Amino acid sequence: MNIQAIQEEIIDEFSMFDDWDERFQYVIDLGKSLPLIEEKYKTEDNIIKGCQSKVWLHADEKDGNLIFTADSDAIITKGIIAVLIRAFSNQKAKDILDAETTFIDQIGLKEQLSPTRANGLVSMIKQIKLYALGFEAKK
Amino acid sequence: MLDIQKIRADFPILSQKVNGKPLVYFDNGATSQKPEVVIDAISKYYSEINANIHRGVHTLSQLATDAYEESRLKMQKHINAKFSHEVLFVAGTTHGINLVANGFASILKSGDEILVSALEHHSNIVPWQMLCEKTGAILKVIPMDQNGELIQSEFDKLLSDKTKIVTVNHISNALGTINPIKEMISKARKFGAAILIDGAQAVPHLIPDVQDLDCDFYVFSGHKICAPTGTGILYGKEAWLNKLPPYQGGGEMIKEVTFEKTTYAELPHKFEAGTPNISGGIVLGVAIDYMNEVGFDNIQQQEKLLLDYATEKLLEIEGLKIYGPQVSSGNKTSVVSFNIDGIHPYDIGTIIDKQGIAVRTGHHCAQPIMNFFEIPGTIRASFAFYNTIEEIDLMVTAIKKAQKMLS
Repeated sequence: MNIQAIQEEIIDEFSMFDDWDERFQYVIDLGKSLPLIEEKYKTEDNIIKGCQSKVWLHADEKDGNLIFTADSDAIITKGIIAVLIRAFSNQKAKDILDAETTFIDQIGLKEQLSPTRANGLVSMIKQIKLYALGFEAKK
Repeated sequence: MLDIQKIRADFPILSQKVNGKPLVYFDNGATSQKPEVVIDAISKYYSEINANIHRGVHTLSQLATDAYEESRLKMQKHINAKFSHEVLFVAGTTHGINLVANGFASILKSGDEILVSALEHHSNIVPWQMLCEKTGAILKVIPMDQNGELIQSEFDKLLSDKTKIVTVNHISNALGTINPIKEMISKARKFGAAILIDGAQAVPHLIPDVQDLDCDFYVFSGHKICAPTGTGILYGKEAWLNKLPPYQGGGEMIKEVTFEKTTYAELPHKFEAGTPNISGGIVLGVAIDYMNEVGFDNIQQQEKLLLDYATEKLLEIEGLKIYGPQVSSGNKTSVVSFNIDGIHPYDIGTIIDKQGIAVRTGHHCAQPIMNFFEIPGTIRASFAFYNTIEEIDLMVTAIKKAQKMLS
């Protein structure tokens, strides 16, 4: 599935929730289910330090696609990472570079990507794009 | 006893809803809310007397200058400074500390020592580290114990003839510890060190008497005491302010300028280069009048009530741990810094924000404290005199809900 289609699927899923607490409970549960980054990749190099929470991000390449694994010490951050990874992982670098992240606004989590939250997510998206840029440049 | 509902009516923002819920504002340690008299005074300044100060011969300029200088006198009286020219308007605590630290660049020598405490905000650490880089001076740290209180016997050991500056906060922003600064000042005095007190977290709760404390510098922000952001006071003893070189060059701070040589203005103008935050400076005086009208005795009484109640109710939550001094020690202001077992502070903060509760989460710009306790941060609820017992109940309910969602 391409990034656009996945994002629409995610928006659809979140539209089932009427209240903020259902939405956040879903994010929290996603955070709990996120496959953990391999311990060996939880290095200083892979860390994105937010003021509030930390994010670890690792990129791999498989069959011309970029594969991201990530983790965070805060569960809500981790849940949103799960959403972002679902949208951006296992995709072509070019598609990742072209993709928007506005779907996060549409699922009612806009403030989670605000710089004032300082949770590392904004930097994480930047980093995902940088990986994609680096990968494109290498080709 | 304060009529809290009457007080609350003074603060327009407090009747607001956030995320559809009544706002519970417990982030007073970060900044206080503003009463209507303060908000109106800003508008009044720009509507009626806006002009540049100390410069024009025209009437408006005179009115603005008079109001600005009257505010300085109010602040002088409030902190009991000996002279009004010892009271400098600054943009805030950070600005004040940097002004002093910069001034010492031409005074300190390699090997001189600066003592900071383990309880400091980054803004009372980093300017001194920068000063050390410039001068070769050495930064030494007064350690704290598990209760978040400074270990006085270690402070005694660190003091020596090499100690040139001692810089300590009056009250810790992260834990609410009230430091025994009077004793510490008197000890440091024996070694001839200059003493700076960061009063940012103290002035919302008490009135510092700078002559009684006998500190060399006392600095605080206006925005934590109901005044606008970008305001603050640096008190400095006359002798030190005369000794330190100016921080910034520009207009207002000069006596005479030629391309060969410039002579500086007298205190306080030597340190007040450029057009200042005139309305802010004036309104700081309005804010301190308001606080004094409420009365610091009343403020302390209400805040003690809130601290006791919050501590009791929070400790009923399973797995909740409070950092900092015990309430019974009396060395604690109305701040509760806590964590819940197995849950990241950011997650709690996010979920209770959704329920209208504003607290601070994270390291509170005091990473060394978090490293000491080996935690990523805490949740900090900081209360002001306009907060209520009912609001604490709302916070406790919100935390319990968050705990349930996150476990």
